[in-house]
Amino acid sequence: MDFNQLIIISISAIFINNFVLARFLGICPYIGVSKNMDSALGMGMAVVFVMTLASSVTWLINQYILKPSPSNIFFLIFATEQPPDLTFLKTISFILVIASLVQFVEMVVQKASPTLYRSLGIYLPLITTNCAILGVALLNLDENYNFIESIIHGFAAGLGFTIALILMAGIRERLDLAPIPKALKGIPIAFLMAGLMSIAFLGFSGLKIR
Amino acid sequence: MSVKKEFFKGFYKENPVFRLALGLCPALAVSNSVQNAVGMGVAATFVLLCSNSIVSLIRSGVPKKIRIPIYIVVIATFVTIVDLVMAGFAPSLHKALGIFVPLIVVNCVILGRAEAFAGKNSVFYSFLDGLGMGIGFTLALTVVSVVRELFGDGKLWGIPIFGAGFEPVLLLILPPGAFLTLGLFLAFFNWLETRRVN
Repeated sequence: MDFNQLIIISISAIFINNFVLARFLGICPYIGVSKNMDSALGMGMAVVFVMTLASSVTWLINQYILKPSPSNIFFLIFATEQPPDLTFLKTISFILVIASLVQFVEMVVQKASPTLYRSLGIYLPLITTNCAILGVALLNLDENYNFIESIIHGFAAGLGFTIALILMAGIRERLDLAPIPKALKGIPIAFLMAGLMSIAFLGFSGLKIR
Repeated sequence: MSVKKEFFKGFYKENPVFRLALGLCPALAVSNSVQNAVGMGVAATFVLLCSNSIVSLIRSGVPKKIRIPIYIVVIATFVTIVDLVMAGFAPSLHKALGIFVPLIVVNCVILGRAEAFAGKNSVFYSFLDGLGMGIGFTLALTVVSVVRELFGDGKLWGIPIFGAGFEPVLLLILPPGAFLTLGLFLAFFNWLETRRVN
């Protein structure tokens, strides 16, 4: 286990390839839930939680059910000549797993901690169609991360999303009081702010880490 | 309900990107070149057409409570088809679009149309709605990408437009350019709309 590798993965997921500002994933919640600080924080926490969970579960599914490897579960049960290649099912299986995972987490949180449910609850159903969650699962596959790396990548990507969301919420709370042209009110000004933040985050791409 | 109205509403009046602010992730991510934008638009239009038709066909048999998961499975099936076909016949486009091809499945335009229109209307109108909305989505992506590629790279569809002396605005091709261009377009359409109303 290379500890440096994990640090590189997290720094690059949080700053250099920030999910919102560099990869354009999860724009809908970024614009929709950044109107005030409390909801931004709640949404951010929910995303970190679900992303970490989703990266671990989808990694396991890919490794033991979809990938044509000797540890493929169908290969072990049916003892076919060759391990079956089911990777074409990744889109369908991942989105279903994420949808049911979110539903399941919602039920568990509701039973286990009603206070947490009150702060996270309303954001959880929104997360199913958040492209950042499916995106992190697919990126883990593209980058060939192992199990630990996938979990760290999911956690760091969620953290990067939360940072961008909270920064945006802080700016937008001030923007409500500022005199801005009528046509720019709402989403357009949020996009222009995101553009400026993206320029700032572009500075991180010069970062050399080893 | 008229044929013409259902088909053309997606072009301007209910344009998914500019008027409804849906499907913004792909609109930002693949609008760095016109080729990518049109490729993405065509792929999403195909998925939208097929999913709208199928959702409308099965609408009477779908229980209300689990309709969203069913819609997602229908959409994911067509996304997988697009993914495999694109990987086979247009590998360079498939590589350029990257994870945004499988991510069509969570494009809010498609699930939004299934939920708001196809689940309630007949197959013919759902087909028209899907086609109109898909073309509107493609148009929006193309408009944004024309601005970004023309000024950010000095090219259009990969062909150099300006002479050798042209200094491209590199920022427009980079991620910030996507936010700024789309933000200004959204503001422009807001302005048009308020002018029309008054």
